[in-house]
Amino acid sequence: MNRRDFLKLSSLAGGGFALAFCLRSGGEARAADSASGGDFKPNAFVRIAPSGAVTIVSKQPEMGQGVKTSLPMIIAEQMEVPWQGITIEQGDFDEKLYGGQSAGGSRSTPNNYDTFHLLGATVRTMLVQAAAQTWGVPVAECRAENAAVIHTSGKKLAYGQLTVKAASLPVPDKEQVTLKPAKDYKLLGKRIAQIDTPRIVTGQPLFGIDVKLPGMLYAVYEKCPVFGGKVVSANLDFVKTLPGVKDAFVLEGNGKVKELRAGVAIVADSTWAAFSARRQLKVTWDEGAVAGQSWDTFVAEARTKSAQPGQRVLRKDGEVDAALASAAKTVSAEYLYPFISHANLEPQNTTAHWKDGVMEIWSPTQIPTIGTGMVNRVLGIAPEKIKLHLNRAGGGFGRRIGADYLIEAAAIAMKVPAPVKLTWSREDDLRHDQYRPGGLHFLKAGLDSSGRISAWKNHFFTFGEGGSPGSGGSLSPDEFPGRWIPNYLAEQTMFETGWPMGPWRAPGSCVFAWVFHSFIDELAHAAGRAPLEMRLELLGTRDEMPAGSGGGGKGKQNAGYNVARMRNILKFTAEKAGWGKRKFPKGSGAGIAFHFSHSGYFAQVAEVTVSKDGQLRVDRFVTGGDIGEQIVNLSGAENQVEGSVVDGLGTLLTQELNIERGRVVQGNFHDYPLIRITEAPLKIETHFLSTKYPTTGLGEPALPPVAPAICNAIFAATGKRVRQMPLSRVDLRWS
Amino acid sequence: MKYILNVNGQSRTVDVPPDTPLLWALRDNLELTGTKYGCGVGQCGACTIHLNGVPARACMTPVSTVGRMKVTTIEGLAENGKMHPLQQAWSELDVAQCGYCQPGQLMTAAALLKDNPRPSDADIDGAMAGNICRCGTYVRIRQGIKRAAALAAGGKETAQ
Repeated sequence: MNRRDFLKLSSLAGGGFALAFCLRSGGEARAADSASGGDFKPNAFVRIAPSGAVTIVSKQPEMGQGVKTSLPMIIAEQMEVPWQGITIEQGDFDEKLYGGQSAGGSRSTPNNYDTFHLLGATVRTMLVQAAAQTWGVPVAECRAENAAVIHTSGKKLAYGQLTVKAASLPVPDKEQVTLKPAKDYKLLGKRIAQIDTPRIVTGQPLFGIDVKLPGMLYAVYEKCPVFGGKVVSANLDFVKTLPGVKDAFVLEGNGKVKELRAGVAIVADSTWAAFSARRQLKVTWDEGAVAGQSWDTFVAEARTKSAQPGQRVLRKDGEVDAALASAAKTVSAEYLYPFISHANLEPQNTTAHWKDGVMEIWSPTQIPTIGTGMVNRVLGIAPEKIKLHLNRAGGGFGRRIGADYLIEAAAIAMKVPAPVKLTWSREDDLRHDQYRPGGLHFLKAGLDSSGRISAWKNHFFTFGEGGSPGSGGSLSPDEFPGRWIPNYLAEQTMFETGWPMGPWRAPGSCVFAWVFHSFIDELAHAAGRAPLEMRLELLGTRDEMPAGSGGGGKGKQNAGYNVARMRNILKFTAEKAGWGKRKFPKGSGAGIAFHFSHSGYFAQVAEVTVSKDGQLRVDRFVTGGDIGEQIVNLSGAENQVEGSVVDGLGTLLTQELNIERGRVVQGNFHDYPLIRITEAPLKIETHFLSTKYPTTGLGEPALPPVAPAICNAIFAATGKRVRQMPLSRVDLRWS
Repeated sequence: MKYILNVNGQSRTVDVPPDTPLLWALRDNLELTGTKYGCGVGQCGACTIHLNGVPARACMTPVSTVGRMKVTTIEGLAENGKMHPLQQAWSELDVAQCGYCQPGQLMTAAALLKDNPRPSDADIDGAMAGNICRCGTYVRIRQGIKRAAALAAGGKETAQ
């Protein structure tokens, strides 16, 4: 056996066996050798004890997207073990052992799907071989079923009885491993409750904020309300005299608003002592240049510049001005959406312990390497001296891709002779997020005499940090309907700010789909066309839309748009919703929208009622999604879609941050209200269309069409076009 | 200050300043971390507990005001090792996403069912309006409460 061509098997104490597994960068199964470095990264995911107990390690960070359940389901399916009784352990951060551990971009499923099938099937193959050898019969006469191997004669050995033998076998290469076909699946596609459910419903410690270590202290960290501000002075001597306070000190920070910001740390013997002392902390800040930047000023400036050429041409096809001049009809509109926060219900937190030159960290994080990389770079701690434990996160939505809170905790820990837990207050969380950037779109489109969109012009105003648009603030040259309209011009003007921005669930898509699918709806109505028919005509008859020459960069997401899949899901969803089959009374109506992002094709239909005094109720919301061949966990998949629908609606209803003089005005849920159960749709229906394509992720792609579907339904119900988020600023009253 | 609290049927002593919210006494001193911090101002409901069976915000309840009231937290919702029907229903219907708000949701829902064993959608929305779920599990929370009501009534009925 050439070790490099095989998966490695190593015996474990207690007679269990572990399958060490390895990924090359392309995700292909390869040789593993725990002693070698460089090209190969050995991993250990599966353990079977002689008792038959099966343990699967989940390497991905869990934040409510369900990967701690769904990805191990794949391994269990192929291993042919029942789900009941399986133990799932959360793996620590160790990418040498496990391969990549990033959870973002709806990539956890597609990045691991094939590998985990192979991993589980390899374990099953070895157990079958072990049984065949034990009995001295051909492997072909044996099959695996329900955690046992059964011979054609009827004799049977449980997996637990085969561990010692299996541990002595070479690991077969993948050509010798047969995957269980989809028709034999017992787990995949079923509704399985999250593995952590018993701990969640009984309140057991699970989240980052629940970490408690012996001798642990509690920290808060006060930062300048103005982004990028620095500490001039603070009443540290007084604060140190307050009850329970162990220490108080200034951190200079590294000058980066998304890394270690300047601030004042208070370390105390309880969270409340730290919170209380903070109320008596007095800091003189050097607010810096960002204190001159306000949202309202930028919006006013955008409006004065909207008719001028943008700073950059993002995409230009044909002759848009000539086409607009010759159009049978033109429509112009301004769309505006504000900055918003992620508002994870679990405020940012991290526990860190600096001891004997090792930084040990417990953190709810989405992309561990960002935090450890920052600890290495900013604090000068060697990577091998950083240990990171991954805690369940109380919501992600992209916020915990940033690791500002993690580096703060580590920096504080370096000055404290004990483990220390940093807890952000809700106010910290809202005022020091990495925000979804706001934006404005000044749109003008032309319709030809047959009611087709002949021209589309967009002057897009976005917000930048460090010379380029913030995350989600880049409009791809290939963003729909770019490439579909013969005369098309997208221009960009960017306001440089010192405001921190970061990925917010379906970055870019979460707002662009609202703007463009609302405007397409305006065009359909202006042309007297049916909204669905107009969209199908716009998509056209070709099956593939290749990436445009203006693509690349952040446009990669949209490259290679499979138009046939979109057409199919649009028709599928319209049928499931009974689109066009019902007549609504005045005040009620239906709207439709679609979007492709994060490898998923989604269409959605909203049915709403708006009362005469302008109150919106979503009566029914129907989603059709094509994320490829196989739904892994149907309950988890539906939950992601239901959550996306509620999130898309909640964002539309009330969410906005006012940034005035470089600081966020809102501070807590009384002035930054989140959607409540009273506003949730009465009925959410989710339908998946299985297609022959690889299975992809669900954290994001169901969200983008939610807001436009609802706003288009509001128009159908009331004749009022929503061109501004949030709806709390829009008068929906009708008579 | 020392306070003797009745928490989940047990007598527990905490030594904290009088203004310490019960939330932090539970979490930091009694290691009952199921009660969550979400906002600190009574807006989100993640810290919902029961005082003498009535739902209350632990973040707004100073320890000094608790006295002899019976404190029930999510850790005490199951009785004698038997899951509360709501906990069973939450497991059956896979209600949670991140799960952070769910202890508070369950405590509010438990108080609702005690007063109103067969709540309508409107009753549920009214009772649960103080509890935020950032992941948006509201439709399943409605189903979960109805399922729990059915389980408590004998388990024959299924959730609508």
